Amino acid sequence: MTGLFEEIRDEPAADVPVRRVAISVNGERRVANVEPRLLLAHLLRQGLRLTGTHTGCDTTNCGACTVLFDGRPIKSCTMLAVQADGHEVTTVEGLAGTSELHPIQEGFKDEHGLQCGFCTPGMMLAAKALLDENPDPTEDEVRWALSGNLCRCTGYQNIVKSVLWAAKKMRGES
Amino acid sequence: MKFIDNDQRPMGHGRMLRKEDPRFVRGKGLFVDDVQLPGMLHLAILRAPVAHGRLVSIDVTVAEAHPKVKLVVTGAMLAQRKLAWMPTLSHDVQAVLVTDKVRFQGQEVAFVVAEDRYAARDALELIDVVYEPLPVVVDARAALDDGAPVIRDDLAGRTDNRIFDWETGNRAATDAVFAAADVVVRQDMVYPRVHPAPLETCAAVADHDAVDGALTLWCTTQAPHAHRTLYALIAGLPEHQIRVISPDIGGGFGNKVPIYPGYVCAIVASMLTGRPVKWAEDRSENLTSTCFARDYRMRGEIAATRDGRIRAIRTDVLADHGAFNGVAAPSRYPAGFFGVFTGSYDIEAAYASMTAVYTNKAPGGIAYACSFRITEAVYLIERLVDCLAHELDMDPVELRLKNLLRPDQFPYTTTTGWTYDSGDYEATLREALRIADYAGLRREQAEKRARGELMGIGVSCFTEAVGAGPRKDMDIAGLAMSDGAELQVHPTGTAVLRVSCQSQGQGHETTFAQIVAEQIGIAPADIKVVHGDTEHTPFGLGTYGSRSTSVSGAAAVVAARKVRDKAMLIASAMLEISVTDLVWDAGRIHVVGDPNSSVTIQDVARWAYGSGELPEGVDGGLAAQVHYDPSSLTYPNGAYICVVDVDPGTAVVTVRRFIAVDDCGTRINPMIIEGQVHRGLTDGVGMALMEMIAFDDDGNCLGASLMDYLLPSALEVPDWETGFTVTPSPHHPIGAKGVGESATVGSPPAVVNAVLDALRPYGLRHIDMPLTPSRVWEAISSTGLRESTA
Repeated sequence: MTGLFEEIRDEPAADVPVRRVAISVNGERRVANVEPRLLLAHLLRQGLRLTGTHTGCDTTNCGACTVLFDGRPIKSCTMLAVQADGHEVTTVEGLAGTSELHPIQEGFKDEHGLQCGFCTPGMMLAAKALLDENPDPTEDEVRWALSGNLCRCTGYQNIVKSVLWAAKKMRGES
Repeated sequence: MKFIDNDQRPMGHGRMLRKEDPRFVRGKGLFVDDVQLPGMLHLAILRAPVAHGRLVSIDVTVAEAHPKVKLVVTGAMLAQRKLAWMPTLSHDVQAVLVTDKVRFQGQEVAFVVAEDRYAARDALELIDVVYEPLPVVVDARAALDDGAPVIRDDLAGRTDNRIFDWETGNRAATDAVFAAADVVVRQDMVYPRVHPAPLETCAAVADHDAVDGALTLWCTTQAPHAHRTLYALIAGLPEHQIRVISPDIGGGFGNKVPIYPGYVCAIVASMLTGRPVKWAEDRSENLTSTCFARDYRMRGEIAATRDGRIRAIRTDVLADHGAFNGVAAPSRYPAGFFGVFTGSYDIEAAYASMTAVYTNKAPGGIAYACSFRITEAVYLIERLVDCLAHELDMDPVELRLKNLLRPDQFPYTTTTGWTYDSGDYEATLREALRIADYAGLRREQAEKRARGELMGIGVSCFTEAVGAGPRKDMDIAGLAMSDGAELQVHPTGTAVLRVSCQSQGQGHETTFAQIVAEQIGIAPADIKVVHGDTEHTPFGLGTYGSRSTSVSGAAAVVAARKVRDKAMLIASAMLEISVTDLVWDAGRIHVVGDPNSSVTIQDVARWAYGSGELPEGVDGGLAAQVHYDPSSLTYPNGAYICVVDVDPGTAVVTVRRFIAVDDCGTRINPMIIEGQVHRGLTDGVGMALMEMIAFDDDGNCLGASLMDYLLPSALEVPDWETGFTVTPSPHHPIGAKGVGESATVGSPPAVVNAVLDALRPYGLRHIDMPLTPSRVWEAISSTGLRESTA
């Protein structure tokens, strides 16, 4: 979004107000001009090209767009980008650096907690919010914490195992 | 330090972590809606608010004046280019955009192309359309009434809504057995309309290059090559100028087999604007307009002896196909493989008749892991067997054990003409009974029943038919159902396998590397699997009907064996010995009786591209390609046991345990098979208890969002218990059978059988899916017994 030359596309119609927002995304300050109606999910995906955040529905049921908002899981399809002004957002791309994996990512890989991979980013962030608050959850607590995230491939069982695997690793027990 | 994902080098079959996962867990998958091209425009579709109505007028002038809108296209404009209608996969035509009348709610009426997706949707609201409402046909039975409105008046000579009549089996022989049978049980049952609802909806990015005439289409397709050929036929583009790229696909489940109007609109829009155009539907569009599944009304009849010997099955089916016949079935199989409805049993005679009709609903029918209508066939037989057990007051397991096909009967040709390859059904069922502790469950149930608690145990023993199919009688739109594989070994000993199947999460990049690894002795980590790009993969029909392992997997094996044969020849030159004196040993070729005199496959690869001498008549390089025509289908089987509790106060059904034993022959990666089974079992619980696309009398779709179309979450499903037996397919090169859809096919009757078993105190024999609390409550109430037992 910076550079010697920036092509101005998607210029709003004259009567559409534009707001400047500054959001900390994965620890990096990002500044953008947005229409007030722009959904946070679309700012992340199209504006910031962080396409790991997915959209799977239009009624806030599926949770594929889950990101962490000041550390708490929110569905980014149901928040306006302007509402994120001044806040911290973590997406799947911010879970770990490129050369290592977060224990939750490792857990999903080791326990076969994903297939098509479409729900995975949102699922992992919901899991992170749970483990940040409750480092030693029961299986039931994991299922409840993930009940806002739909998966069509795994039947959930390996996702639950993935999260418990990660919890154990994060507690230093494996 | 460099982190190496999946730094494991197993060889051949066994649990291996997935090569796909590192990108997905980092958010680095590439799904169609992630594709962003310079200058890309966005397309949105205006959809019909009515289910049946004549298009009186359409005014797009205000929409065209929107400052961000580049293009607005109506059916009339497409008609000028002869693109207003397109062929379906089943010899019908489907409207791309409405020209004459709307035939289902949510049908495509016009499209807008704009600078961004918000503006495109703004402009949809500026299009003014006037419809003249027509009487709506919602009920499939009413579609056949005299004087019913003719939905397809676009087809010359059409005076009714009948699409086809179909039959299989021997009617006279079956009627004779029924006439003489001790016991006949008849049960009507509906397999309701459901939707595969992949988490990623359908989408496309079309990029037509006006200078060289080439079209690149990123698209959510399970069959990229077949789509390329069909676009050549539909749009009249030369096929070598079309490149279809199916990148990472966020689940398919049969939803992404057909060509949808949105794809065609994106292509047209790119041609007209000279810019790349993206179309990405939202969830309600996906649920209301793309390929639904099931919608069979079945009258089932089963004839038996008094001691429980099943003798014959008879069924009559009314199939609702929606407004256009778009079923994705092999051409000669308009009812898919429903003909396997005799199931896992040795039956003397069987007969099925079917009528398919048009209604004012979205097209589809074959989707959602159905293996071409085997979901319906298995549901029919497994429910009928339970109804018979109910009638005879016999344990449903005992009844099945009495009638299952025996191992010595294979290959077994059913009375409807399907030749099952192999199976040991009793062993599979016994394994499920063992895991479940069936006798213990029955004791527990008896104790609970005595206390007024409702616990049910449901069984399903199914036979699948997957791996379509032999070119002598199976094709889709004239294309034989064969698949290609190309294996190239590099000079340094790594390899690339290019396949025509297209993963949507089933793990092909991992398992196909394992298949090849076992054949040629190169570690899976050194084998890259390429799929989904028609420019870089051999022709084939794609992934659906659990056909990848059966067909593409076989192609990969045969290609690898060709490479191995050539490697042996080259090794004979390297070791200066006759090839008949060499033996292959998992990646090493050595002289018979002298294991130290050997070369590796990597040595051979270097030699093949180097300056070393080659045997007479052998070319340099190390590669092979195959187009595999399967001789037959594969017939995996399974035995499932479901345990439910029904709350007598609220009628809420809870699936407490689910035991699934599958037999798919040789198992390539048990971890991945288990994940596939977990998915299908979740489908089964969803369909049996929650999911339905319903319509009101005006044809309004009542399952149009995830608020109403309920999918199981982590809270509705139990921890699955899986097991297996291994009965290889005798005709498959490594004995492997397909398995991806088995659990979706086999589990719904197990759940329903369990609920009806729980409701035995009420004397209920059948309730139609989905068994929601309200439906179960109504059924219990209808018996008049609720008060006395509550």
